[in-house]
This record gives sequence, C-alpha cells and structure tokens, in this order.
Amino acid sequence: MSVFPATVPTVAAPTVKASVPTGRRRPRSGPLRTGLLKASGLVAVLLVWQLAAGAGWLGLLIPSPGQVVAAAVELVVSGRLQSNLTASVDRVAKGLAFGLSVGLLLGLVAGLVKTAEHVIDPPLQALRMIPHLALLPVFIVWFGIGDTSKIALILIGPLFPIYLNVLHGIRGVDSGLVEAARSFGLGRLEVIRRVILPGASPQIFIGLRQALGVAWLTLVVAELVAAPQGIGTLLSDARDALRMDIIFVLLIIYALLGVATDLFVRVLEKHSLRWRAGFDGE
Amino acid sequence: MSESPASLLDGARSVVGVRDLRRDFDGRVILDGLDLEIAAGEFVALIGTSGSGKTTLLRLIGGVDEGATGELSVPDERAIVFQSHRLLPWSRVWSNVALGLRGPDVRARAIEALREVGLADHADAYPKTLSGGESQRVALARALVRNPRLLLLDEPFGALDALTRSKAQNLVARLWAQHRPAVLLVTHDVDEALLLADRVVLLADGRIAAEYPVDLPRPRVVGTPALFDLRRQLLSGLGLDPSTMENS
Repeated sequence: MSVFPATVPTVAAPTVKASVPTGRRRPRSGPLRTGLLKASGLVAVLLVWQLAAGAGWLGLLIPSPGQVVAAAVELVVSGRLQSNLTASVDRVAKGLAFGLSVGLLLGLVAGLVKTAEHVIDPPLQALRMIPHLALLPVFIVWFGIGDTSKIALILIGPLFPIYLNVLHGIRGVDSGLVEAARSFGLGRLEVIRRVILPGASPQIFIGLRQALGVAWLTLVVAELVAAPQGIGTLLSDARDALRMDIIFVLLIIYALLGVATDLFVRVLEKHSLRWRAGFDGE
Repeated sequence: MSESPASLLDGARSVVGVRDLRRDFDGRVILDGLDLEIAAGEFVALIGTSGSGKTTLLRLIGGVDEGATGELSVPDERAIVFQSHRLLPWSRVWSNVALGLRGPDVRARAIEALREVGLADHADAYPKTLSGGESQRVALARALVRNPRLLLLDEPFGALDALTRSKAQNLVARLWAQHRPAVLLVTHDVDEALLLADRVVLLADGRIAAEYPVDLPRPRVVGTPALFDLRRQLLSGLGLDPSTMENS
C-alpha cells in the first residue's frame, strides 16, 4: 500500500497560558482547527475508499468515488434527480406538516390539561408500540399506491416523537416559574406563551430532530414499495438495472437530506435557546 | 375562605386583615386560627422556626395558595419576591420585570424600576449573566414596578453571602422609605428583622405567638444596646438560649 498523505492534522502543542484573567477556561480550539478536525475523518474515509477501489480490492459491486460522482452528474444532466427529488421532498413536507401539527397539538393538550392526558396518552402509547412502517400495507389498501398512502405513513412516524417530547417538555417546566407568573397577573394563555412553551422548547427541539429523522426513514420505505416517482423509485430502478453507482449516489443524497434538515433545526435551536446556561462541553 | 374589604376589618388604615386563618396539608395543621393585621405602609417581619408556617402564611396572603379557611383581606396591588428569584431564563431582564404589566411604555417603566435597583445597564441581558444578588434585585424591581400597596418578601436574601445580603437589606430599606408599601418580610434572620421592620411578629404553633414593636430610628445598626435587648427577647421567643447565640 502506498504511503498515506498526512490527512490527519497534527495536534498543536499545548500552549500554556500563565493566568487567565476571566477565570474561565480558554477554548482549546479555534473554529479553523475544529473545522479541520471535523473534515479530516471524512476525507480519510474517501481517500481510503478511492485507493481501495483503484487497487481493485472492492470488486465490481462497489463503485469508486469517481464513478459515483460521474453517476451523479449523469442523473443531474438528465434531470431525473431533480424531478424525483422534488416529488420526495414534497411528500416529506406534506407528511411532516400534518404529523408535526397533530403531534404538537396532542402534546400541548395532554401537557396542559391533566384530564386530557389521561384520555390521550394510553391510546397513543399503545399505537406507538406498532412499528409504523408495518402500517404501509394497510395504508396501501386504504389509500391506494399513490401519494396519499405515503404521506399518511410519513405523517404517523414523526407524530410520536413530537408528542412525547412536547408532553415531557411541559412536565419539566419549573412549577415555581408558573406560580410566579400567575402571581404577577398573567392569564392562562399568557402563562402558556411566556412560561410553558419557552420552558418546554429545549425538549421540543429534541423531538423535532427525532421527528425529521423518522420522516426521512419513512420516506425511503414508502417509496421503495411502488411509487411512480421519488428517490426511492430511482433506487429500485437502479437496483433492477444493477447500477451500483446510482444506488450510491442516492444513498448519499439520503444522508445529505438528513444532514440538511438536522442542520436547519440546529441553527433554529441555537438561535432560540441562546438564553440557556447549560454545560457546553469542554 | 371569604374575602372582605380591608375597611370592614379594622379601619381604613389596615392593608392586610387576617382572621382565624387555618391551613393544613393532608391533615397536618400548619396555621391554626391565626390573626394578623398590617397597616398601610407598615414594615412587618415574620419570624419563626423552620416549618412554623411562615412561608405558608405569606403564600396565602400573596394569593398563590388558596387552600385555607378563615377571613383574609388583602389588596389587589400586591407583589411577591420569592425565596429563589424565579426569573424566566428565556426572557431578557427588562422583559422579566415587565412580566404581566399592562398599559403604555412597559419597557420604559421596567427600565426605570431597574434603575432604582441599580441594574438599568443589564436591561437587555439574559438572567444567566446575573449574579445571585443581582437576580434578587431584578426580582425586587419586578415587584416594585407594580407600585404595590403590599410587598411580600419570602426570605429573599437567604441564599446571598453576608456582604451582598447587607447591601440588599439597605436597598430594601431605602426603597421602602421612598415608596412606602406595606411589607411582610419572612425571615429566619433575627438581625435582618430588627434592622428593617417596624414590628416583628413571631409565628409559633400556627398562630402569632408574640409581637415586638421595634420603635427605633432608622438607619439602624446591629449591636446598639436597644437592638441588642430586643434581639435577646426574639431569640428566647424562638426557643434559643440568647447567651449561646451572641456571636452568631
């Protein structure tokens, strides 16, 4: 095997600061160093992959990164990627719009009204135990093989993580703050808006991230089983044609879609939760 | 619990009127036929041993606990400073002060209240950036901005260090002198009660067991002979032997 280039950045010698006047620990790494560290692992994987494919170790069933890029270009130039991606994103957006709304609403009602929790929670907990992907055959029978059955399935998946996290977020709000707000004359709606929702928001964001992950997963399964259009359709077509390079492109696209939505929520979270005084890690 | 106008109880000067107040928690009686009057502008300190029901009484008067029987007359214009500051971490300091305020210029009023406690510079900060003493001063501003006729202080300085506590006590004394709300201060600190109050009431066995008028000029200094004498009385009222407590 040839010599590896130095892709792993060398660790800088620790610099000793005599005394730090703020008394706070200085961050050990600047943004550049952190960025390099984060990229290094990925670059290493790609390099090893390309080298191994070039040496012929991976056989015919695993394409090289170069072949994957070529397949991606082919898909983009023909326009197949764009049209199928649009169809998939459209399904996820619709399913999430309904699923998140229903989950949020149920979580709020159960969280705010104890009686409602007693009514809502047991059936939801029971339904949650059914792996929602197993509902696909049922939904195809009910709604046909068109978009409706897929959107319905994507609706069900994210509903539970959002519901659970909203409910637990509300339960975790400091009751002393609610009491104080009431003592200062806040009405029911104001207490919800100014105390309960912001207090529950860290947990709600966790639910949102889980829900988005589940939504993409559901999309894959729903589209692999009979869909006229979508990333999953491309995937099953590529499987039938034994186009491993295209399959790899699509796998990477799934990953990128997941990363993009997660990043979106994280940015939102960072902005909304800047009041937090939690431990950021060292 | 029935509420009646203060004027019916003991003349127009009375802000708080409590008659025969009873409160139990699952059968454990905390307040047992308690009577208390607070005059307009009067500073009353409530002392008692731990578990004697001081905070329970304050919460009933403050309207955050409604599980008592008896007669209770309190003004609507009242505000509580809690034992822990209870600021909303997600709201900026001025917004915490303005919580529940209505009418025009809410932000300006909040900042004016913050100026009175010396924290106008922190109006746009989040509570996580404040020290314990600063947080308690914001809580004080949040109470004062409502121009309360009755200010309820529930051991507000208990968690502060001695120096910060002393400064906060002086601040309360100054603000009380300027605004003259009636004050009910719950405290376990005998010196704090004697420094600030017109009258110290001792809570024991679910009632007011004793009252000690503190008829001394302000500002007061701990250790003057007159205060020293009252302090002995209070400590023995609390069931402590004053001779062993003199340097506490």
